[in-house]
Amino acid sequence: MLAFIIRRMIQSVVVMFFVALLAFAMFRFVGDPVHQMVGIETSLEEREELRVKLGLRDPIIVQFGRFVGNAATLDFGISYQHQRPVSEMIKERMPATLELSLISALFSLLVGVPMGVYTGLHRQGVLSKVFMTASLIGISLPTFLIGILLIYVFAVILGWLPSFGRGVVVDLGGWRTGLLTTEGLKALIMPAITLGLFQLTLIMRLVRAEMLEVLRTDYIKFARARGLTNRAVNFGHALKNTLVPVITITGLQLGSIIAFAIITETVFQWPGMGLMFLQAIQNVDIPIMAAYLIMIAFFFVAINLVVDMLYYVVDPRLRVDASKAHGHG
Amino acid sequence: MAGNPLLEVRNLRVEFPTRRGILTAVDDISLHIDPGEVLGVVGESGAGKSMTGAAIIGLLEPPGRIADGEILLEGRRIDNLPYEQMRRIRGREIGAIFQDPLTSLNPLYSVGEQLVETIQTHTDMSHSQALARAIELLAEVGIPAPERRVEHYPHQFSGGMRQRVVIALALCVNPKLIIADEPTTALDVSIQAQIIALLKRLCREHGTAVMLVTHDMGVIAETADRVAVMYAGRIAEIGPVRQVIQNPKHPYTVGLMGSIPSIDQGDGRLTQIEGAMPRLTAIPQGCAFNPRCTLTMDRCFRERPDLVQVEETRVSCWHHDKELAHA
Repeated sequence: MLAFIIRRMIQSVVVMFFVALLAFAMFRFVGDPVHQMVGIETSLEEREELRVKLGLRDPIIVQFGRFVGNAATLDFGISYQHQRPVSEMIKERMPATLELSLISALFSLLVGVPMGVYTGLHRQGVLSKVFMTASLIGISLPTFLIGILLIYVFAVILGWLPSFGRGVVVDLGGWRTGLLTTEGLKALIMPAITLGLFQLTLIMRLVRAEMLEVLRTDYIKFARARGLTNRAVNFGHALKNTLVPVITITGLQLGSIIAFAIITETVFQWPGMGLMFLQAIQNVDIPIMAAYLIMIAFFFVAINLVVDMLYYVVDPRLRVDASKAHGHG
Repeated sequence: MAGNPLLEVRNLRVEFPTRRGILTAVDDISLHIDPGEVLGVVGESGAGKSMTGAAIIGLLEPPGRIADGEILLEGRRIDNLPYEQMRRIRGREIGAIFQDPLTSLNPLYSVGEQLVETIQTHTDMSHSQALARAIELLAEVGIPAPERRVEHYPHQFSGGMRQRVVIALALCVNPKLIIADEPTTALDVSIQAQIIALLKRLCREHGTAVMLVTHDMGVIAETADRVAVMYAGRIAEIGPVRQVIQNPKHPYTVGLMGSIPSIDQGDGRLTQIEGAMPRLTAIPQGCAFNPRCTLTMDRCFRERPDLVQVEETRVSCWHHDKELAHA
């Protein structure tokens, strides 16, 4: 297990290295930063001086080493547009995105898995057919349209929920959370549903398909033949066997949720990283773009590491290969 | 037949409604199993052997259903019980062993967890008592170092060892009847004999009756007290195993016996029954065996023969019908 984790860690470092290379390349190819920093009157000598000062005349390897070193200490430079350290801006924005992503992932899991189990067990049921039809809508409607529809119904017509922003946030040692106030929670509902709806339908369909597959297996038949209760068979034996693919997809989707919260954040004017990233693109603010790229890659890598470790917890076949050759007979 | 039978199946019919009409997988089968007796059920694939077993234990796969007949366990009807009551009978009174030990165990639970779960479902034992019983059972089915092996997962056992675990699971709360559906088919030939011997010994020790479904006449000859030969969803012949093997009466059984190689008569070619068993959609009128039978008469194509008693055997063939014999 430990060797496995270490091996995966090394792989993760390699992935992060290449992502850093990409992020660094952005600086090199998206124009000369000095042009954006100085005025028209600045002389060529002064520009050259600035380049040397910024380290732009150093060999590329040295520059890249410096970039990686800084990134490792969470120093992503100064935003061109805002003239503030990027890490500071990310720190302000990240709690909003992470809270939104986690809540919407939880929502899609807690609703999607039971719906998947239900539709798998009662394939012919009326409710199952309703779920399956509704899930088609969930998969085919674009996120922004769902968000706008929700705003129209619950904010404009009914006036129950706020249409934008995070509501009231509480500062917990630098982490500004909206989870502790009613207004904050109310503001979270619609963005979380909007962001999680697609994942929900995906998870529901995945769990259903896996359940149908697993329920046909011999060990389920044998579990029934042993007289185990329906509950034990369906949840203890069948559902647990569907978990490996569900964990895989959920992990990947959690990464996507964080990375692609952009649209939802735009629709709901949610002050998260996605909104910041969108503005950075509009203003060619490369330090923010590079930092965002690295952050998202880090989340993906970290989530995948956790997913791989969860496989170990769920499936004993992956655990001890050393003792495989014990039996005879 | 001494005393009351443990299990009695009367005129059982199992049907599968399909888009192209109703398929009858098991057609009017009657048989009984006495306490502690081993009844072999043989036949080709699709003869309805496994369906009969599944119907008895109440696990027919939908849309399959019992269309007619009754199944009685110790005189009590069990074919029409509500799901929950039937569940209590499964494992507790009727156990089952399936064909493929490699896939019969849940890969995500240790064999100990699966045994304890089954034991606790049917008894009031505490977890530690159930675990002790699980270790005892593993020892009983011949698994070395059971205290250690009880924590292992199915993938850490070989096929033969897994089938031993499956047997332990089927026997763990001492059911009165075990339905063993091709318990050795998926195993190596060298291991088949061990597993059969084990099953036979355990059932004798526990007084458990067995319905042994197989297509292996050798296994039947070694293990069974009586044998039912099935063909196209019906019983062709049923009787004491010695009689059926040495003096088969139905032309199909005669053919089956002729197709088994024997060490004594090493010379001639093995006989083979021409053709194949009819599909469920195309069972011929009259005797279902008539397209392959070498002894057909007019009547075989018109009317379906019922089981008639000939010596100790019951056989469904017009050649053994008394009226005809006396005519």
